[in-house]
Amino acid sequence: MDTQLIKNKELILNDWFWVVPDTSNEEVKKQAGKVVQFKLTGEDFPSDGTLHNVTFPEAEKVIVPLRLYLLKTDEIKKKYKEYGIWIYSHDELDLFNHLKEDINSFPVVGVYVEKFADGRIYSLGNLIRRKLSYKNDLRALGDVFKDQLFYLARSGFDSFLIKEGYDAKKALLGLDDFSYSYQGTLNQMPLWNER
Amino acid sequence: MYKYDHYDRKIVNQRVDQYEDQLNRYFNKELTDEEFRPLRLQNGLYIQRHAPMLRVAIPYGLLSSNQLRTLADIADEFDRGYGHFSTRQNIQYNWPKLEDTPKILRKLADAEMHAIQTSGNCIRNITTDPYAGVTPDEIVDTRYIAEILRQWSTFHPEFALLPRKFKISISGSKHDRALVKTHDIGLELVKEQENLFVNVFVGGGLGRTPVIGQLLKEKLPIEHLLSYCESIIRIYNLYGRRDNMYKARIKILVKALGVESFKKQVEDDWNNGKNSSNHLNDKEINRVKQFFTSPNYETVESIDLEDQFRDDHNFLHWIKRNTREHIKNGYRSVTISLKGKKQTAPGDIQSSEMRVVADLADQYSFGEIRSTHEQNLVLADVKEKDLYDVYSALCENNLGEANIGLITDIICCPGGDFCSLANAKSIPIAKSIDNLFDNYDFLFDIGTISLNISGCMNACGHHHVGNIGILGVDKDGSEWYQITLGGQQGVNATLGKVIGPSFSADEVPAVIKEILNVYVAQRDSEEELFIDCYNRIGLDPFKEAIYKN
Repeated sequence: MDTQLIKNKELILNDWFWVVPDTSNEEVKKQAGKVVQFKLTGEDFPSDGTLHNVTFPEAEKVIVPLRLYLLKTDEIKKKYKEYGIWIYSHDELDLFNHLKEDINSFPVVGVYVEKFADGRIYSLGNLIRRKLSYKNDLRALGDVFKDQLFYLARSGFDSFLIKEGYDAKKALLGLDDFSYSYQGTLNQMPLWNER
Repeated sequence: MYKYDHYDRKIVNQRVDQYEDQLNRYFNKELTDEEFRPLRLQNGLYIQRHAPMLRVAIPYGLLSSNQLRTLADIADEFDRGYGHFSTRQNIQYNWPKLEDTPKILRKLADAEMHAIQTSGNCIRNITTDPYAGVTPDEIVDTRYIAEILRQWSTFHPEFALLPRKFKISISGSKHDRALVKTHDIGLELVKEQENLFVNVFVGGGLGRTPVIGQLLKEKLPIEHLLSYCESIIRIYNLYGRRDNMYKARIKILVKALGVESFKKQVEDDWNNGKNSSNHLNDKEINRVKQFFTSPNYETVESIDLEDQFRDDHNFLHWIKRNTREHIKNGYRSVTISLKGKKQTAPGDIQSSEMRVVADLADQYSFGEIRSTHEQNLVLADVKEKDLYDVYSALCENNLGEANIGLITDIICCPGGDFCSLANAKSIPIAKSIDNLFDNYDFLFDIGTISLNISGCMNACGHHHVGNIGILGVDKDGSEWYQITLGGQQGVNATLGKVIGPSFSADEVPAVIKEILNVYVAQRDSEEELFIDCYNRIGLDPFKEAIYKN
């Protein structure tokens, strides 16, 4: 099976179409020099105009950017059988407050990292689980490969779309890098409980 | 000291496997340079001027004699027979081969050591007072809290890839010897009716933008220590800048938001999650604490060394400078200077010297050694009656330099000789200053003073908090040195002030001499320390004397 999607410690068929706005023509706006709370200079960020122009693919199940979902809720609901949402690692958690429906009505919520070294994804995983109480499939998207998986799984993620060109079978092994972890997480007690 | 159980061993061994796999994938071009970089850094591996540099963790500066022997063996087998103690109480090897690094890590793992998180944008080695557990001014022994923090921070899933490096330091004494106000998080332990609390400082740091940390939380009950640190680092992880590495440390975020607004965000998060699974309990605190109980001290009489050795001035000098008071009658703590005339660079130590220190630790100090952020080593528990033997053995092995806290006890980064970040060399500057003092009388006359040298604004030599600080700067491709005065570590941590335009390497020794001359002329008595004199008379007299020509 030719797939890059890992869930429940196995490779599974990816029947979700991941909708990614084309930001190649976006103007890079300089953000430096003030308290930057979200997007940083040079980060991928679709303007509302770009979101308006996204063409929706022919598919049954899609994952769309949360901002796109907020803009075109009716169209998405009408066109697709199932739909999930995703956010950029520089999106603010408050963005979810704009949703009229319960976050748990979405079968999939994704967090996208543009670059492997962007560790915000881990804290966002924690917050989406803890503060938003999201119960369904939390998916890591973007520059995702073997070396993040152990951490991502412990930060609340349960599926991982491995970057194209990277060996997903090898990546799967990353989930078992360690047999024990010292600190507790949302769903795991610290090692000291066993000692 | 802490001993690994099968869980610790498994974790450290699996880390070596993981690293070896990463290295192999890098060699097979399955990982790019850019991808491998954060991975290797999290294992203390830099690519330096001449070879990779491997930094090995010495958690809160505590080592057993066998661990020190292992470090000596690694120096012989994989390096050029020496190591360098850093200002984070760690040890660095400057000449290992990339392909040998997994073998080195396996050897370390066998000795219950590792290189985990000694570099990279993650939580680094926790540092503390090198005299923890034996110093009379201690309120709380920090070692077991430091070990709890070590375990909690090791592979913390949320904080593997922070905007920038993150350093935590912890102090439990009246005098802060752990630089808590110049750390990303500084923890000050306090006790009230046998209950432990923590004063949490945040946003301190040296580097390009030196800042003194601010008090974020007073009297945090100890059980919340981990969850509170998690909330601080979570806010930093989400909002710290990632687009400009020079503005990415937490101090910049705290400054930009203001400490009150930063605190509000931290507390909002913490109130939502403070009873998380990392809520510390007494059982765990006591489990770790029992590794750090006092050794079996003998009941011995105190000795009047001054009287007994009144003719041996060198020994008495050494006693005065290199040993300090101990909680136990008849014992003292010995600091072994790694800043002697024979050392190639401050903090450097030959493998043969490591073995000598390990043997002395076994014979006289319960088999334990500590490293200090001043780049020296400590035998914490030596009987007064053994001090002469220890001193003699050290002298025979070129480790008897009696200069702790004196101007030749220079704190110095590896600088441009080794480090690819440096703007200028620092080791030759340290040597040229050291050469000013060929007799102890002048050295002792100047007394306690700190001199710190950093080869660039990353400030690994902590120059901002040196009474005299020297910073290597690059001007049109050549090496210059900027001098600051009045920096200070401790409870009254202060950043030094720049004295004026920078100097060439040749000029530095004469400038230092002039600074000392001003001090000697201006001090109100021989008892007035350099820093006190400076604080009284200010920068101007020094400035005038130096720039008059």
